[in-house]
Amino acid sequence: MTSFLQQAFNGLVSGSFYALLALGLAVIFGMLRVVNFAHGALYMLGAFGAVALADTTGLGFWWALLLVPLALALTGTLLERLLIRRLTALDPLYNFLLTFGIALVCQDLLRMKYGAHSQPYERGPFTGSMDLGLFDFPRYQVFVLAVSVTLCLAVWLLLTHTRIGTIVRAATERPELTRAFGIDTGRWVTPVFGFGVGLAALAGVLAAPMRAVNTGMGSDLIITVFAVVVIGGLGSVFGSVLAGFTIGMLQALGNLYVPVLSQTSVYLLMAVVLLVRPAGLFGKEEPA
Amino acid sequence: MLEIKGLGARYGEATALDEVSLHVDEGEVVTLVGRNGAGKTTLLRCAMGLRRDMTGRVALAGRDITAAPPHRRARLGLGYVPDDRGIYAGLSVEENLTLPPAAPRSAWPLTRIYEAFPVLAARRRFPGGKLSGGEQQMLALARVLRAGARVLLCDEPTEGLAPVIVQQIGEILRGAKEHGVSVLLVEQNLRFASTVADRHYLLAQGRVVESLDNTEVRRREGELLAYLGL
Repeated sequence: MTSFLQQAFNGLVSGSFYALLALGLAVIFGMLRVVNFAHGALYMLGAFGAVALADTTGLGFWWALLLVPLALALTGTLLERLLIRRLTALDPLYNFLLTFGIALVCQDLLRMKYGAHSQPYERGPFTGSMDLGLFDFPRYQVFVLAVSVTLCLAVWLLLTHTRIGTIVRAATERPELTRAFGIDTGRWVTPVFGFGVGLAALAGVLAAPMRAVNTGMGSDLIITVFAVVVIGGLGSVFGSVLAGFTIGMLQALGNLYVPVLSQTSVYLLMAVVLLVRPAGLFGKEEPA
Repeated sequence: MLEIKGLGARYGEATALDEVSLHVDEGEVVTLVGRNGAGKTTLLRCAMGLRRDMTGRVALAGRDITAAPPHRRARLGLGYVPDDRGIYAGLSVEENLTLPPAAPRSAWPLTRIYEAFPVLAARRRFPGGKLSGGEQQMLALARVLRAGARVLLCDEPTEGLAPVIVQQIGEILRGAKEHGVSVLLVEQNLRFASTVADRHYLLAQGRVVESLDNTEVRRREGELLAYLGL
């Protein structure tokens, strides 16, 4: 029982990363109709950003948690303005080529500087573990889970209770028509893209103290995140977050009980969901 | 109020609209009748700016808006009621209503909307997707009135609705007209059209073939219905 709970908790912590990345992908897809294949690379840049900040300026984790996502969000808005924006009129194939290309460029640039080895980052706060009643759990992991859950809730509140949230939901549901209602959706595209990138970078900073910081970390993670997004429903914020945490748990428990399936379970689930609901659990079919 | 001159649009090889010119005066309700595929929906989409590859000119209240993007046209007073009603399933009734920015002078306050549309007041917290077809149509009309549109572009608002709802929609359009709102109405229901509209344009194969008034429509009803294939 204890090992079950402990493993479920581990799963929620992995799910924290899936959820933050899937959330960003969902708002970006909703607003831009662009699938950002560079999302994993931006997560990796977040982690390397924390490492570089510590190496060059000596600034620690909390500064990294604040500055790195801001800097990358800003970079994201530039990227959107200069390149991503041009994708709307083009065949979706270019969407893949451009964003995947950006990911490869980021990876190789970092590989030139850092090589393929993992970089140490030992500036994480909250060392040691805490007693969660039935088992002990590393403090830092509890912190990661709390941050992720809080952020997902905050984004949900933002989407449901603010004017910009209503506009994002409207533009996600009917991008073209929303403009006919006097809303310049183009104005919101850049900040939304930057915000999604910021979330990925923040996940990267959170990962730095507990995961191996290397150039492959983004591409390893993003494959699962895409499965998460497909299962939750492309463009559905709620579905993406829920699927993120659920799949984190499923993988962790799969590791415990059916180790053979631990790597494939996500894709099996994805296949089943696609057979039953092609638009994902919470997705809506796009009108033709 | 709304003036369309020499409008042309194509779907690949096929001509959707060919040199269409028409106008709707202030406080006037004008219908566009024609068979399916005559180009009625395309014309409304061009007027709203949702279709960019077109020729000709569109003017609103004497101002050329041919180059204006849809959101500018909406802010200048065009209100679009699309053929699928354009209701956001994931937004509540009130969010649907308040999504378009309100024009400074002509916008209806929410209280007035809820008085005129009691059914929407009762369902204000409902998601738009949970409304019946008639309620969605009411919401689509209420939404552009709330925003303060001066010219409504309505694409078959009565299609598939029960007679009692059709009657209510007629009252709403007549009420809007009394307040000086102009309406360009795509309509297949000739009987309904002649009760709300001042004039009618008959569209065939992308061209305006006739301009009719109400007495003519009533006199030639049988002939016109046969022509429309209804």
